Amino acid sequence: MRKFEERFFKALMVISIITIISVLFYILFIIVQKGFPSLSWEMVSKVPSGGYYLGKEGGILNAIVGSLLLMVGSVIISLAISLPVALYINFIIHKSSKLSNLLRFTFDILFGIPSIVYGAFGFMLMIYFGIQASLLGGIIAVSFLIIPILVRSIDEVAGFVPKELIEALQSLGATRFEILKVVVKQIAPGITTAIILAFGRGIGDASTVLFTAGFTDSIPTSLSQPAATLPLAIFFQLGSPIAEVQNRAYSAALILTVIILALSLSARFINSKISKSNL
Amino acid sequence: MLILTLFCLLILVIIGSGLLVKSIPILQEKSLWELLATSNWRPFKGDFGFLAFILSTLYVTFLAIIIALPPSFLASIYFSEYANERIKRFFSPVVDLMAGIPPVIYGVWGMLTVVPLISERIAPKFVDFSTGYSVLAGGIVLSIMIIPIIISILTEVFNAIPKSTREASMSLGATKWETIKKVVVRKSLPGIIAGVVLAISRAFGETIAVLMVCGNYTDLPKTIFDACYPLPALIANNYGEMMSLPSYESALMFSALILFVIIVMFNAASRLVLNKINSRYQL
Repeated sequence: MRKFEERFFKALMVISIITIISVLFYILFIIVQKGFPSLSWEMVSKVPSGGYYLGKEGGILNAIVGSLLLMVGSVIISLAISLPVALYINFIIHKSSKLSNLLRFTFDILFGIPSIVYGAFGFMLMIYFGIQASLLGGIIAVSFLIIPILVRSIDEVAGFVPKELIEALQSLGATRFEILKVVVKQIAPGITTAIILAFGRGIGDASTVLFTAGFTDSIPTSLSQPAATLPLAIFFQLGSPIAEVQNRAYSAALILTVIILALSLSARFINSKISKSNL
Repeated sequence: MLILTLFCLLILVIIGSGLLVKSIPILQEKSLWELLATSNWRPFKGDFGFLAFILSTLYVTFLAIIIALPPSFLASIYFSEYANERIKRFFSPVVDLMAGIPPVIYGVWGMLTVVPLISERIAPKFVDFSTGYSVLAGGIVLSIMIIPIIISILTEVFNAIPKSTREASMSLGATKWETIKKVVVRKSLPGIIAGVVLAISRAFGETIAVLMVCGNYTDLPKTIFDACYPLPALIANNYGEMMSLPSYESALMFSALILFVIIVMFNAASRLVLNKINSRYQL
């Protein structure tokens, strides 16, 4: 009887795992199956033409470029904030001091705040400072979203830097700045993974850019112009009653999924390299 | 560096107080009770009752947890207690990838598969008519989105139980299964609860995916096959028009404030528990 119970639950566990894995593959399958037929070179190489939203020619290059520009901007800004913070809590003050732990706790909470709240807050800031829905507005909102991700992941790799290395550097008379330079070099692959993670989270998020980045059919040429983004391109095109436009939404979804898959794979690849070289 | 760091500490306060300032006009106009406990939603007549949205959010979240918890719980036990290296190496990227897929993709999938499944197969057995855009659809899509969160936290929690505790139980004659049931799971209970709370708060704030499959209808849902309208979807859908009415804008900021407060509290509580677990066993 006791054996039976264990076997029964073990079977349930295996079933759960198989179900979870198959759901993932089912989702990917549906996206590929629906998105592939309408996928064309035109989709990724042209901006929408006049009658695009009625099913005529054009593509979503505006959204692809918009999303990329947005993410490059946000990653630069948020890295400029999160790298110093992560280094500060690990190397300037003691790793497990009260302030460090308070900061980690804060970032854990910030990490949990939904993107719609960041979007609303970003929008509020924009009204306050008189910024229109624009690439800049989107960059600010997305930066809020990914700063906690960057800090948490950089903090994690920074924790692995051996104490002996810091001590050795100190005994050689290195200044604080020189020590940090060595540390950054040491954890560079980890920072890269963190950036990829943040990039993936940001590029797929619709709620932050919904009110902050706006939407446009052209490619933005300055920070003050609105920018189209991939998730919103999917979202808006799905709302159309015209079948061709909906089909393009599915291909846009496929494009976004491929980007996410590529990012996820490259993060894994870098990670496996780190663990090989460090351990 | 210090300034940047302190700035980050303040972000939470800044967001919270910003949203609060923006929602003061509506709070002055209406009582809190009127806002939270009535479901009259006619912004252009000045009626702002959030009850339908709050209930929608609760229903969808509750359903999502009910659906997601059992398989994630079982999978995490298997993952931390039974799985060999090969299964781990295969399964952990799967979880990572599930966590990485953008909400809008889950929404597209939900519209393509879950919604028609409900309107054509499931709903006709229980109710006369359903479009499929419903509480149930939202719950199912959301449940898949929170599975990776629950699994990663639970696995961490189970792994935090030291090997010696397990060995002590085994040496007293307990089988592996009894050890899991009576020692590992029981000792992990606070962590499990914290993980679920964290998943709840994630589900609470999820916007686009839920918005795409929930129907966004402002009446109170009577069955799980009725359309509903969660809070985040309300904010997302009405941003364009709200600018025309100051009290409307204030009402939406108030709903963002509700989300913010609930989520910060849930997150803070569960992180405190999880941090305690980690520090107790690691040092």
